[in-house]
Formats: sequence, C-alpha cells, structure tokens
Amino acid sequence: MEDSTSKSTASKVDGERWIVKDHNTLFESPNYQKQFADKRIFEQGATEEEIASVEAWTRTWEYREVNFARSNVLINPAKACQPLGGILAAAGFANTLPLVHGSQGCVAYFRSHFSRHFKEPFAAVSSSMTEDGAVFGGLKNLREALVNAVQLYKPDMVAICTTCMAEVIGDDVSSFVADFREEGVVDANLPVAFANTPSFVGSHITGYDNMMRAILSDQAKGVSDKDSTKINIIPGFETYVGNIREVKHILQALGVEATILGDTSDALDSPATGEYIMYPGGTPLKQLRAAATNRATIALSRYSTKKTMDMIRKRWKQDTMALIPPIGITATDAFIKEIQHVTGCDISEELLRERGRAVDAMLDSHPYLHGKRIALVGDPDVLLGTVSFLLEMGAEPEHIVCTNGDDDFLQEMTALLATSPHGVNAKVWIGKDMWHLRSLVLTEPVDLLIGNTYAKQVAKEADIPHVRVGFPIFDRHHLHRFPIIGYNGTVFLLQQMVNAILDDLDRKSPAYSFDAIR
Amino acid sequence: MSNMTELMEKRQHLVQEVLEGYPDATKKEREKHLAVVDEADKSSCAVVSNVKSRPGVMTTRGCAYAGSKGVVWGPIKDAIHISHGPVGCGQYSWWSRRNYYAGMTGINSFGAMQVTSDFQERDIVFGGDKKLTAIIDELEALFPLNRGITIQSECPVGLIGDDIEAVARAKGEELSKPVIPVRCEGFRGVSQSLGHHIANDVIRDWLLDKRDLPDMGTPYDVALIGDYNIGGDAWASRRILEEMGLRVVSQWSGDGTLQELAHTTKAKLNLIHCYRSMNYICQYMENQFNIPWQEFNFFGPTKIIENMRKIASLFDDYIQERTEQVIKQYEPRIKATIERYRPRLEGKKVMLLVGGLRPRHTIGAYEDLGMQVIATGYEFGHVDDYERTVAGLGDATILYDDPTAYEMEEFAKNLRPDLIGSGVKEKYVYHKMGIPFRQMHSWDYSGPYHGFDGFPVFARDLDMAINNPGWTLIKNPFEERSLS
Repeated sequence: MEDSTSKSTASKVDGERWIVKDHNTLFESPNYQKQFADKRIFEQGATEEEIASVEAWTRTWEYREVNFARSNVLINPAKACQPLGGILAAAGFANTLPLVHGSQGCVAYFRSHFSRHFKEPFAAVSSSMTEDGAVFGGLKNLREALVNAVQLYKPDMVAICTTCMAEVIGDDVSSFVADFREEGVVDANLPVAFANTPSFVGSHITGYDNMMRAILSDQAKGVSDKDSTKINIIPGFETYVGNIREVKHILQALGVEATILGDTSDALDSPATGEYIMYPGGTPLKQLRAAATNRATIALSRYSTKKTMDMIRKRWKQDTMALIPPIGITATDAFIKEIQHVTGCDISEELLRERGRAVDAMLDSHPYLHGKRIALVGDPDVLLGTVSFLLEMGAEPEHIVCTNGDDDFLQEMTALLATSPHGVNAKVWIGKDMWHLRSLVLTEPVDLLIGNTYAKQVAKEADIPHVRVGFPIFDRHHLHRFPIIGYNGTVFLLQQMVNAILDDLDRKSPAYSFDAIR
Repeated sequence: MSNMTELMEKRQHLVQEVLEGYPDATKKEREKHLAVVDEADKSSCAVVSNVKSRPGVMTTRGCAYAGSKGVVWGPIKDAIHISHGPVGCGQYSWWSRRNYYAGMTGINSFGAMQVTSDFQERDIVFGGDKKLTAIIDELEALFPLNRGITIQSECPVGLIGDDIEAVARAKGEELSKPVIPVRCEGFRGVSQSLGHHIANDVIRDWLLDKRDLPDMGTPYDVALIGDYNIGGDAWASRRILEEMGLRVVSQWSGDGTLQELAHTTKAKLNLIHCYRSMNYICQYMENQFNIPWQEFNFFGPTKIIENMRKIASLFDDYIQERTEQVIKQYEPRIKATIERYRPRLEGKKVMLLVGGLRPRHTIGAYEDLGMQVIATGYEFGHVDDYERTVAGLGDATILYDDPTAYEMEEFAKNLRPDLIGSGVKEKYVYHKMGIPFRQMHSWDYSGPYHGFDGFPVFARDLDMAINNPGWTLIKNPFEERSLS
C-alpha cells in the first residue's frame, strides 16, 4: 500500500524492531508538515517574510532599547509568589502540614510546581475559599479546613499562610485561630503557626522568610545559652536536598552539633519502599522548640532569611550570621570559619582533603572556564554564591539578571564583582526578567548561560550551553539530589559547567579541532 | 453472578470504610460523591458533583483562572495572554500544559510565555487599570505580530473593583484588534470548570461570528472543538478528519488562533471532543446559528472507528466511502499494535482520576488493550458527565467525584490497581507505594494519545509503566534482623 496513510505510519515493525513515533518525531513527517501549512489559510497569520523580519529585529540593539523601556509588564520573570516559599519552609519540619488560606487553585499550583521539581509528593491543603468567602470572610472555611486536615492527615503542627485573596479581603487569621482554640476546634496541644504571605509583596523568598519566622517565633521560646555549643543552621529557600545533606556532612566532619531549621532533605527525597509516608522527614519538633537556647544561628541565605534572622537576634538573643550560599572555595571557607568562630571547633582532615580535591579539580578545568563570558539569572542568594565561584575560576560574569533582587542585592553583588578583575564587565539587572535577558544575550553574546529550566528558551535562541542552577529545574533529572554547595558541591557544579562547555565545543568544532583529549 | 455480588459488596464496604476516616459533617458530604456501579440499576450510582470541595481535605482541583488561562484561552497561540494580578498564577501555569503549537514563540506565537502584570501593593490599593493600559502598549511595541490580547483575571482583580472591560474596550478600539477581558478570578465557582464556562462566554461575546472564512466554504467544513493539542493530540485527530474528506476550518483551542475562533460560525458542523470545557459554545452556536454539534471520542481504535462512522453518517456517500477506506488502511497497524501490547497488558486493572473527558473517553482505549477500569472519577465533572460515564462502566466500578488525596490513597491501597492515571500531584505518592502511574493530564510528557497515530504511543506508554523492571526492586531482599 503506497498511499499517503501507510507511508508515514506512526509505528511499524521494522524487521524485528518495533518503532513507535511519538511527538518528538511524528509531526516532522511530510503529511503533518503539509497539515500545518494547509492550516495557515485558516489562521490568517503573519507571512514567512514578516516573521523572519520581526525575528531578526528582536535580536537587535534597537529592540533591546524598546524592551528595556518597559516598566509595567513582566515577561518570563524569574520569581514566584510568597505562599510557595511559605509552604517550602513548612515542609522542612517533621509532621507539619502546610495549610494555605484562600482560593484552592493556588495550592494545586504550588503542589504541582514542587512535584515537578523534586519528583516527589508534596502535601499541602487549602481552605478552599469561594465567592461567598470573598463577601463574608474565610473564618468558616479555615475552621473546617483545620478540622478536616487534622483528622485526615494527623499533623503534629499546622503551618498556615495566605493567598492574595485572603490578604485582599483582610482576614485576620491570628484571631481566627485564637477563636478556634477557645471553641476547642483546635486542640490546645496542636501547634499552629501562621504567617501573612501576600503574593503582591516580594516573592517566594519573602514567603519563605515570613513562614520560617512565624514557625520559629511561635515554637521556640527562650534565649541563647552562651554555654551551649550547639548551633542552628537555616538553609533558606533551598531546593537542593543534596545541599542540606552536604551541610550535615560538613557539620559531622567538624564534630559540631547543630539543628537544621527547615530540613527538607528527607521530607522531599523519600525512598521508594512500597509504602507512602506523608511526612517522611523534617526537623523534629523537639529540636525546633529547643532552637532558641542554642548558641547561635547561621543562615546559608541572606535574602530569604532577613526577618527570620532579625527575630532570632532580637528575641533569642543569639549571634547570627547570614552568609551567601557556600558555593566555591571562598564561600565554603567562610562558612566553615563561621562555624569555627561560633563553636571553636577545629578544621577536620577530611574537609581539608575535600577542599584540596575541589581546588585540584578547579585547576584541572580552569582553561575551559577562564575568560568565558557568563550570563546568569536566578534568586539573589544563588546568584551571589554562583558568581563568587565563577570569579574563582576566572570566568567573567557579563549579565546578571535578578527579577526579585532589591537594592541591597544590587550593592552586594556589585561589591562582590569589584573584588575580582574578572568581575569588571558584569552588569547587574534587578527587577528584570528573562525577556530582558534574551535581549542582553542576543546583543552582547556570552559563552554560557546559568539559570533555571525556563532559561532554556534563551539558551536555545542564542545557541549557547545552559547549566541549570536554581529553581525550578523541571527538565533535567536529579540535579537537586546532588549538592552545589560545600567543597563537594563545588566539584559537582564545576563538572556540570565544564562539561556543558566541552559538549558545546565538540558539537560546534571544525573537524581538525574535534579533539580526543580536552 | 454471585462472584459479582460479592465484589460489589466488598467495594461498597470499602467505600464505607474509607468514609469512616472523615469527621462526621465531611463524611456526610463526601458520601454523596462516592458510588459503586450496579449494572442492574445504574440510576442508583448517581453522584453529586460540581459543588464546593470541602476545605482542608486536599482536593486535586484548581481554579477558574486555571480553567480559562490554562485550558481554554492559553492555547490560542497568536494572542498574548496577560496573567493579570500577582506574579504566581502565571508562573505556575507557564509552559506546563503541553498544548503544542506550530509557530515561533515570542514572534508570532505566545504560548510558552509568562506575561504578568506582577501586581504590587500599590496596584491593590490604587487599582490596576492604568497599569493594564500601559502593559498593553508595551506588549504592542514588543510583539507587533500579535493578533490580540486577553486579560486573564487573578483573584485580586475582582476584589478591588477594577474595570478591565473598560480598558479592554478602549484599547481594542484604539488598536483595532481584539483586546479581551476575562473574569476568571480563582475564587469564582468551585473548580476549573467555571473558568471554562466563563472563557466560552467571553469568546461568544467578544469574538464569535465576527469574521468570515478566507473563502466561500465547502459542505464539508467542520470545527474541531475541545481538543487542546496535548502532545499533538489535535493534530492526530485533525489528520483523521481530513483523511475522511472533511475540512477542519477551526481548532478550539489547541494550536488555535483568534481568526479560527471568530469564523467558526461558518462551519457546517461542530465536532466536540472535550464536552465538559466547550459544550457551552456548541450549544450557543446551535441555538443561535443552527450549527449542529456532535460529540466524539478518538481514544483507542474501537471508539475511533465507531466515531468516524458516526461523524461520516452526518455527511454524504462520498465522505462515508472515504471513511471506510481510511478505516481499512489503518486496520493492519491497529492489529499490529494490539497484537504487540495486548498480551502484556491483558487483565490489568486501572484507576483513573482526571478531568474533562478522560475519565470516560479513555476507557475504550484501555479495553482495546485488554485492560479494565475498576475505579474512575472527575476532578470537576458535572451531572451530565456522570450520566455519560455510568453507561459505559462495568459492575462494581467505583465512582468518585472530586476525591481527596486521602480517599485515593485508601482506594489504591485496597484495590492495588496495576496502573493509576492521574496528575503530577498524585504521581509520586503511588510511585512510593509501588503502583505504576501515568500522568493522564499531560500524557506524562509523551503523546499524542488521540487518533490512530496516538494509540501506539498510548499502548507503548502503558506497557512501559506497568512492565517497568524497576517495580520489582522496591522490595529489598534483606531479612529484617539484618537491619538492626
């Protein structure tokens, strides 16, 4: 049969080999290509010439100026909203159920978003407010939500944050919860932490900060015991379970006793055993409650812990230090020095060996990163850590885009860049998005792009390698299971960067430069 | 027969047992949403649907914005869809539904983009209308090939009293192109479903019947409605319709355009795949323009062939003869697919929880592969969906409406199906349990599943999910004492 149908069969027995064509190849066949072409008659779309001419224009400096003239719309921003961060903070505590007060669609979105990144279940409930809630307030919904959630999902703690709906109508959740306790709806022994997380203020990192602060201030009472050698570590809006495990490894190697406040490493990376456990990890609540009397608190994030650290300083009277994430040697050294400073511990042989190996690996790969122009997009903290590492490699950050960066970040990043001759060409863009990034990269080309999954559109259009760092990472598997912090994480990140560059080099090199040894 | 009764009783008992886990008031409410199908008396298994989810139970449902921006409007590729409000909604729904389109993103197509007005506190206090006006100007400057703009309202817009309709009318006139306001705030209604309805009504009021076909039309002009082109579904369905001799003049809304929506009233027949999300507009076109509509199902060869004939019967001999020829041409491939996969899948039991049309439409495709759906339900179905569903269900099938995470887990633990088809929020729960799972909203990053070209992909994916050697590794080989 040589008719048009059988010619492009989507699956066939090809000798012994069975081939199924899915969307990756199916629609490239001539009959589908003809279908697309024929459909255009009904679309009344732009002509091929118009498309080509506009596409070429969008790559110009002229377009870049139009693009940067906007001040109202965001196009492909690298930020999400507060309650997303809020429920991530909550998920780091044992047997804690995040409850988001407001419209229910938000929770469906948050859960999907996290499940796509972690490839894990993410439990959270909503108070499912609807139109009548908008008129009469959400008291009834929140009451019923607590009753149902507690009976069904048996949490040891409930962490409530809000959607923009609840914020706009002005629900007073704290007094709601107080009423529920009085009514006996909420058991006197069940901790309920609450944070306002309006989506129209800040971003997901602000929401993390608000929820973390709420949980800590609600649960941990007392002040720093100056005789204690135990410290707290707050990871910040951390989406690498591997990073938290690396922190634990470092603490163990130093022999330091510490509480990780908001430990998602087991909560969001549970084993497949045949049994689903809804709360598979998290900081034990007993440790949480004892956190105020520990010696000091170190945060591995500055911009998602501002209010939290402020509270710890004032209420727990602890020494606090908010670091940039320990990516690369300098930042990891700083982290370890800080631990030493607080606890008086000695450096361990093990960590020194790891440090030496990381430096050795960096020297090995250095020629392929030195002088390379880099564009970056992401959250403020991840950007600071990554840039610090890139400067150690002699790589040259060129465009640094931070949609949710503030003036403090701008200053801090500028200062960091000024510490190295390799930072002189960089321009820092706060409040800008990935459509801006596209213009930057197309007018002032770079060799490597670092950012989350969404940045791949820019990488493809600019035909440059893309190393996925940050959140969310939906399109590459398991990156979040490995660390990018500490000496070990540095090697892993280095490996990704250098090999991305080498892959790109192999793909593009002329035959004579297509070398066996790099 | 007695076996059947026994099974029936067992499942009824299971439902009761699951309900016992709820607080009393919630139990009373949830009871109305659960049923076990009794073939002898199908009216007894009516479930209550399209009512509010109970707070705190962990519903899988989304919101009206998801139904409009995510489902109906988002796939219209030549329009820019502004997620109007705070940044989150647009971010979480960005480039995730897999409604494919042919076009250049950011140049003449705007699907895989997140365009947001990023409301700040001042916008909540002072209103967002001025900002919206400015945004439309900025988008016009940056994207000259856009054919229109839609404004997808997020919760705050409706709460602060913005007049997006006035902005849309003014800008539409000024730009001489559709600028369309959609009141799909997430707190409206009880699920995505109202968002579909609102989006349908907006198309009706702002676009429908406003344009002509590029030619005089033919007697074989049809519109393909309620196909979102997930993984290329609509393309696979369109292929069959075209091979039958029909001319598809509009696609709603996968790979669709504003022009196609606007000239749909020139079609002779509306063919609707996802009844739930687009029956409204079909009903309207029938009432207002006398355009008949036909529901159809292009999942799995049995249903595809049955429905091709049903569609062809509405046309002349020419179409009917061509349809028979097309069926004949595909038969060897269908046979080969079934011969390959049916032995691997025969007798396997499936649990479904999805949206739209899939809890019923896909059943035939499973049956073509020898599989049996033992439990099914809708996230956001209405009574007419359940009426259409129950007719096709076997005895003792469990039916659940808007089930909670708790219910699904309990049912799965007890029924131990060989496959669960639901969404990404559910997927990893069942992986931990060791139950094979496919995402049946997004086709788990695969597809198409529609049409003759989709069936082998569907069969392959089920085979690889169920017969994945990894499942055998979950149970560790060590004796318990060696752990201590």
